[in-house]
Amino acid sequence: MWEKVKSFASEFFVTGDPLIYGADVSIGLTLIAVVVGMTYFKKWNWLWREWLTTVDHKKIGIMYILSAFLMLFRGGVDALLMRTQLVMPEMSFLAPDHYNQIFTTHGVIMILFMAMPFMFGLFNVMVPLQIGARDVAFPFLNSLSFWLFFAGAMLFNLSFVIGGSPDAGWLAYPPYSELMYNPGVGQDFYIWGIQISGIGSLMTGINFIVTILKMRAPGMKLMRMPMFPWSVLSSCIAIIFSFPILTATLALLFLDRYAGAHFFTLDGGGNPMMYINLIWMWGHPEVYIIVLPAFGIFSEIVSTFSKKKLFGYKSMVYAMMIISVLSFLVWAHHFFTMGSGADVNAFFALTTMLIAIPTGVKVFNWLFTMFRGKITFETPMLWTIGFIPCFVTGGLTGVLLSVAPADFQFHNSYFLIAHFHHVIIGGVVFGYFAGLYYWWPKLFGFKLNERIGKWAFWFWNIGFYLCFMPQYVLGLMGMTRRVVSYSWDKGWWEMNLVSTIGAALMGIAFLFQVWQIAHGVKHSAANRDTTGDPWNGRTLEWSIPSPAPYYNFAVLPQVSSQDEWWEEKQRMEQGGAKAQSQLYTGELEPIHMPKNSAIPILMSACCFVAGFGFVFHWLWFVIAGISGLAICMLKHSFNHDTDYYIPVEEIRSSEASTGRWKN
Amino acid sequence: MKVTKAIKRMAIVLAPVMLFLAAGCTDNMAVLDPKGPIAAQQRDLMLISTILCCIVVVPVLLLTAFIVWRYRDKEGRKAAYTPRWEHSFKLEAIWWGIPIIIITILAVITVRSTYALEPSKPLESAQKPLTVQVTSLNWKWLFQYPEQGIATVNELKIPKDVPIRFEITADSPMNSFWIPQLGGQMYAMSGMAMTLYLQADEAGEYWGSGANFTGTHFSSMYFDVESTTQADFEQWVKEVQDKSPALTSEGYKQLVLPSTEQKMTFSSFPKGLFEKTVTQYASASGHHHNMPLMEQEQEQENSTEQKQASHSGHSAEGHQ
Amino acid sequence: MASNHSAEPALHAGISQEEHHDHPNLEEMRTFGFWIYLMTDVLIFGTFFAAYIVLRGNTNGGPGPAELFELNGIIVSTFLLLASSYTCGLAVLAMNKGKKQALMVWLALTAILGAAFIGLEITEFTHLVQEGATMGTSAFLSAFYTLVGTHGLHVCIGLIWMVAVILQLASKGITPVMKRKVQTISLFWHFLDVVWIFVFTVVYLMGVS
Repeated sequence: MWEKVKSFASEFFVTGDPLIYGADVSIGLTLIAVVVGMTYFKKWNWLWREWLTTVDHKKIGIMYILSAFLMLFRGGVDALLMRTQLVMPEMSFLAPDHYNQIFTTHGVIMILFMAMPFMFGLFNVMVPLQIGARDVAFPFLNSLSFWLFFAGAMLFNLSFVIGGSPDAGWLAYPPYSELMYNPGVGQDFYIWGIQISGIGSLMTGINFIVTILKMRAPGMKLMRMPMFPWSVLSSCIAIIFSFPILTATLALLFLDRYAGAHFFTLDGGGNPMMYINLIWMWGHPEVYIIVLPAFGIFSEIVSTFSKKKLFGYKSMVYAMMIISVLSFLVWAHHFFTMGSGADVNAFFALTTMLIAIPTGVKVFNWLFTMFRGKITFETPMLWTIGFIPCFVTGGLTGVLLSVAPADFQFHNSYFLIAHFHHVIIGGVVFGYFAGLYYWWPKLFGFKLNERIGKWAFWFWNIGFYLCFMPQYVLGLMGMTRRVVSYSWDKGWWEMNLVSTIGAALMGIAFLFQVWQIAHGVKHSAANRDTTGDPWNGRTLEWSIPSPAPYYNFAVLPQVSSQDEWWEEKQRMEQGGAKAQSQLYTGELEPIHMPKNSAIPILMSACCFVAGFGFVFHWLWFVIAGISGLAICMLKHSFNHDTDYYIPVEEIRSSEASTGRWKN
Repeated sequence: MKVTKAIKRMAIVLAPVMLFLAAGCTDNMAVLDPKGPIAAQQRDLMLISTILCCIVVVPVLLLTAFIVWRYRDKEGRKAAYTPRWEHSFKLEAIWWGIPIIIITILAVITVRSTYALEPSKPLESAQKPLTVQVTSLNWKWLFQYPEQGIATVNELKIPKDVPIRFEITADSPMNSFWIPQLGGQMYAMSGMAMTLYLQADEAGEYWGSGANFTGTHFSSMYFDVESTTQADFEQWVKEVQDKSPALTSEGYKQLVLPSTEQKMTFSSFPKGLFEKTVTQYASASGHHHNMPLMEQEQEQENSTEQKQASHSGHSAEGHQ
Repeated sequence: MASNHSAEPALHAGISQEEHHDHPNLEEMRTFGFWIYLMTDVLIFGTFFAAYIVLRGNTNGGPGPAELFELNGIIVSTFLLLASSYTCGLAVLAMNKGKKQALMVWLALTAILGAAFIGLEITEFTHLVQEGATMGTSAFLSAFYTLVGTHGLHVCIGLIWMVAVILQLASKGITPVMKRKVQTISLFWHFLDVVWIFVFTVVYLMGVS
């Protein structure tokens, strides 16, 4: 019996590497510390009531961002491990199989479990506030989306300690990801981790489209909407057209691995190239999905900190919509080297280049928003200014890659690696950081220390260029991606060394950010934002107290222009003491609110169980999970008591505490 | 004030790094040091497109620095401040226009070069091309010279100034065949024989690699490439024919098993080995009489949608 | 776009208050959201159709469509599903007239027709498996089972959902919430019918011809 248990455990748990044991121990200790702490401070009930079952978009947004930071930590550790392995020729710090797992998890985590939740977090906290809505269209679904993402992310990360991590690259090209070459459970963790969270992403896409189209404040026509919701709309349109393809494609790969189907296998008539096409039909829009909201954030910030209207509003809107559409017509540029023929390659090279046009227009518009403005350099603006040169040069290498015959030389080399980190870190990560710093006071009611923030910014920037500029050179030297080591005679050492130093600087930059947040929490009382408008903002979110009350707006705003809050402030200034608000004119009335629900977290737990069962072929887990899922859905369907009204007195007293609606 | 200081500080940090990078750039840049016509044209294409992009990018970078500097908020600044200026048809027309012009020029260049440098297009040469059949195995490369009847592992010898017609397949996960100094890469896929023409203009030693991840020891898939005079090449072929062992079917089966290998040479290989390697994966997609759609596709290769479908069938037939 | 607005103000007890407040109409938004969901489902089916079209010739030496499919049974299932779409439409008409009893009967009839369709599909699949044509036989069959099976799975989910709606109707009556629920399930059901038309054409008709 004991022997049986032992042999099961050695298969079930990941063993053999001291690094992994170390991680196991630290994960275990952290978990114990959390449980003990929560119990000691009697916080379980609070956690359940206020957070785990909440349908408040602001809290859900905060949970998304928190998860994204955790995942950024894990993905970042993966990155540092890789850079350490590559610091010198013929290093044997990581075994090849371990290295292969690490680059796979790094990619998956950074895109799907860091960038996506960070983005959804920002959607959640800001879109309703910016469009003057009290919540998203479907609060219950929103909570479900978050918990599905969380269940998927946890399932994926579980492969670190149980069963073994996937090792087929972040897009898991078959035939390498098929049973024939990859019989372990890692690839199944990959499929189900992404599948579960991907369904959550799809629902978020639907949710925000409806929110933006149907829930804008009275008077806010589409063309009066701030640029961030516009970017969210374009991103969500791309989500609803691309994520179904991902869902279907992963389902097919799953059937290959689980049910012996032959979609992408080498035998039985399967066609691996079909997978590569399908996955990039999702994968390419995906990178635009994450970068478009960053464009929106930069537009907001550049206008606020230049104290000037956004230049070329309409151009910006059209540019984003064009990008959103074009992103679906370029997927084959990821495999010019597949030998599809000159016609196909020429077509996809052209569509790819076209994207440079609207993107370039956006850069000019940002520049001319600053032109004749009054620029100040708070941290959100620093990230924005850091982004422009970074993205312009990254875009340049992108155009180079789109020249199909030249791509034959760039493809799969470090040139490509440098390019996409260049645009994704320089565009997406810088953008989300800018957004987080910008909206932090609105979210938590206090400001962060600018000085530490500037240290973090400079470490990120210098580290970034040190890390990735040498990788362009390495690509031109012929170094290909995913190699675990290289020989001395290739002459790649110096560049790799510089690159690793840069990565370490970015690691330090992350620590600065953690310190900044800890420092901010500790000194939050001193740095409280009592005005609700710490940056002299322009849009509706700055017209309400910080942090926003749970019902967001005591009365719905009446919007008559772009930058309504800025206009309102101008009107009040000109009107002097007797000026009347044109923005908030109504009387306080009871507010209709959704009730919290435990069903989303339970449903996601069921998905987790079912996914785990699929990974290990434990049918009873699958049955339990799916039955649980069905029961939860029916329970929710039969419950018609899902909302309540906040009485006027409660709103009045809550508003009075921030000095509003006192009469 | 603070920002200027910070920029100066950054410049001080970055300057030596840039110098260091520039120094490192001069040697070892295989892609920028072509030894054959294909790689040379691809290098030129990279340079032309870089210069074209720089026409926009450099002014934008300068403009960014200028605007951020001039319009920073400080006491008593003289620069104009126009908080409501938000639209100018002329300006916007300019920056829709300029990228459109640049991209149009680049597009023309790209389309032309895409046809000119289509990998399966034979090179113009007085010499008859030499065929080398390339198979990606876990984790080594097998090269077969059907005209000479010899085979090698992880070692490629070619005569200079002679176009080489590579036929590339895989008996492993998908790989990518790449010799940076001779020209761009081509995927090695099971069930298909992809064609890639390359040529070396001078005698010398180069290297090639597997550029697409194939598993544990993927990083060991480098191979040596040596281009020699025609006479030396023939001499080498003769030596291999005389002195090396033969590659048997059994030997190939051993070779397919996952392992890393040193260089090997074989005086002969089983007849039709390459074709068999290709068709063992392609055969499953037979039954073309059921596929009117795909039949059409083979004729006109323009369509993108079902491209991959026609592929498998196409190359399989080509080798039956 | 389907709208949930109804002429009877009495039924809007819960919602009328909101509309005074300039709120967006919750039930209308839900219907709109469901339309978008249906569109994403179209894309999932579209991907499976694409996979089927690419792979249908890859029979790996096994049986092809012409040898496997028997059109007679398929035509019967097609009629069952079309009929269920019709009864589902009658259910919505009954609802708009405020006839709860008729609504429930028509919905129940729809569910029964749907269940019969599923029964026939299961029979067909068992028959095929007995002939040795399984998921693992060839790429063609993998794509066939996945495409047709996904449609079947959708119908099954629709059946459970429809039973849940009937039960809720019994206890809650025709409220605005229930109206929206009936509207959505009927949308879903018609959608599945349209998908089936494509399955019938692409898989079966083009398969045997």
